Amino acid sequence: MRLAILGAGAVGGSVAELAGEYGHEVVALANSSQAAVADEDEEIDVESALERAASDEALGSSDPDRVFETDYDVLVEATPTTLGEAEPGFSHVERTLADDKHVVLANKGPVAERYEDVRALERESAGSVRFEAAVGGAIPVLSTIEDCTPQAVTAVRGVLNGTANFILTRMAAEGLEYEHVLAEAQDLGVAEADPTFDVDGTDAALKCVILANVLADGGFSLEDADVTGIQDVPPSALELAAEDGRTIRLVGEATREGVRVGPRLVPENGAMAVSGTRNIVQIQTRHAGDLYSSGRGAGGPETATAVLSDVGRL
Amino acid sequence: MSDEYASGSSTTGTAADSGADGDTDAAADGEDNSPETDGGRQAYTVRLELVDEPGELLRALAPISEHGGNLLSIHHERGNITPRGHIPVEVDLECVPARFDDVVDGLREAGINVIQAGPERYGEELTVVLVGHLVETDLSDSLSRIEGEAHAGVLDLSLNAPDGTDAISSARLRLAVDTGRRETVLEALRSLADEKGLSLIEPLSGGEI
Repeated sequence: MRLAILGAGAVGGSVAELAGEYGHEVVALANSSQAAVADEDEEIDVESALERAASDEALGSSDPDRVFETDYDVLVEATPTTLGEAEPGFSHVERTLADDKHVVLANKGPVAERYEDVRALERESAGSVRFEAAVGGAIPVLSTIEDCTPQAVTAVRGVLNGTANFILTRMAAEGLEYEHVLAEAQDLGVAEADPTFDVDGTDAALKCVILANVLADGGFSLEDADVTGIQDVPPSALELAAEDGRTIRLVGEATREGVRVGPRLVPENGAMAVSGTRNIVQIQTRHAGDLYSSGRGAGGPETATAVLSDVGRL
Repeated sequence: MSDEYASGSSTTGTAADSGADGDTDAAADGEDNSPETDGGRQAYTVRLELVDEPGELLRALAPISEHGGNLLSIHHERGNITPRGHIPVEVDLECVPARFDDVVDGLREAGINVIQAGPERYGEELTVVLVGHLVETDLSDSLSRIEGEAHAGVLDLSLNAPDGTDAISSARLRLAVDTGRRETVLEALRSLADEKGLSLIEPLSGGEI
């Protein structure tokens, strides 16, 4: 497949780097202001484009808009997630499908906020939309649901945000205050300079909204989710939980009825009590009991793996 | 078997309502057996919920023999973790009907969680953590409203207030709820927490987690 990649951050850059290994060619790579675009029947030089981007030089000499004019098969949308109208991600999806080409999203915005619109555009197109990378990074959540058929899945629960999980794990282990552990997580590069989306539950909620949309074939956006973050969990609560063989995790729950995200008591040695930045997903099925999948829910190469497996499924 | 248990209990007058109506013969048999007699033993099944720690099963079985019960079989359901992360254990035992209440009470006194004894199902337990200005928002009022409005029995409470009672503190509550009423109780707890500006940390629902 010939890939055009929008977004040259950790995920987009890793997709570009790994594409060759998966048997694909990269014909365009763009950030919000510049693009490296290949000539007809050529590929771009990924290594030098990424080197230029890393040293703050121009990624390429083309306008990002030119990406859509290349001879690509799949657009990889790895620009940052935006809420509300989910732009510019949504327009990128719209334009790709209008050209009857496929789009693989790492961007959560379009499928969390405008799922029905995306599916309507897909129905009119010869191209299709896949978004495994938007939920749980490298963990195959959506493809597992697809394999079980969404109708046979009754609920999906999971620890879906590595930053929040890292903070709760450290707070429980060391008896430290939230603010202290957050600062430490920022030093380690586990938490962003602005960690709001991670710690207030928004990131986990977006993933659960996507899951609920897949289960119910649409109907949900972030506004429909009941979301509580971890900022107000004191060490005293974690201590009390531990005295009773439990711990606290930020857990997201998606069903056809709704989406809930909040700190929950879970058995200390149970499956949900993953530690550090690990994620876990429980898929509750009608006929096959509960399925669990655990792994790295974020990171460039990890998420790129999910993008490339989507490309392979097209 | 189950009727026998109920009739045995009726001698104490506490569990008479739970007894099956009508099996008066069994009741008569039960009342004939004084705790001291060794005859007329009946078989019973109790379901326990144990913490997965070494020695826990042994600890759970001690009160049975101490109160005159004779162990018949133990089914330790490893791999079938309850929603609270504990291991369900089914114990078959025999004892004289009049002693069965003592066996169950003995288990309870030893801190063993009895889920079901003979015919009687003891509902569910629910553990939650409340966080916030628990004392300033009148903790005892909160507890009595949990019993009154949420229809849940407060089995125990642990308060953790490292910065003093006028700062943010946490409380772990273990509640007894009627089987099948877990969601209703949680709903009542959520609105109480909302009203008092507290955070409610709920147990995760659903399956073996």
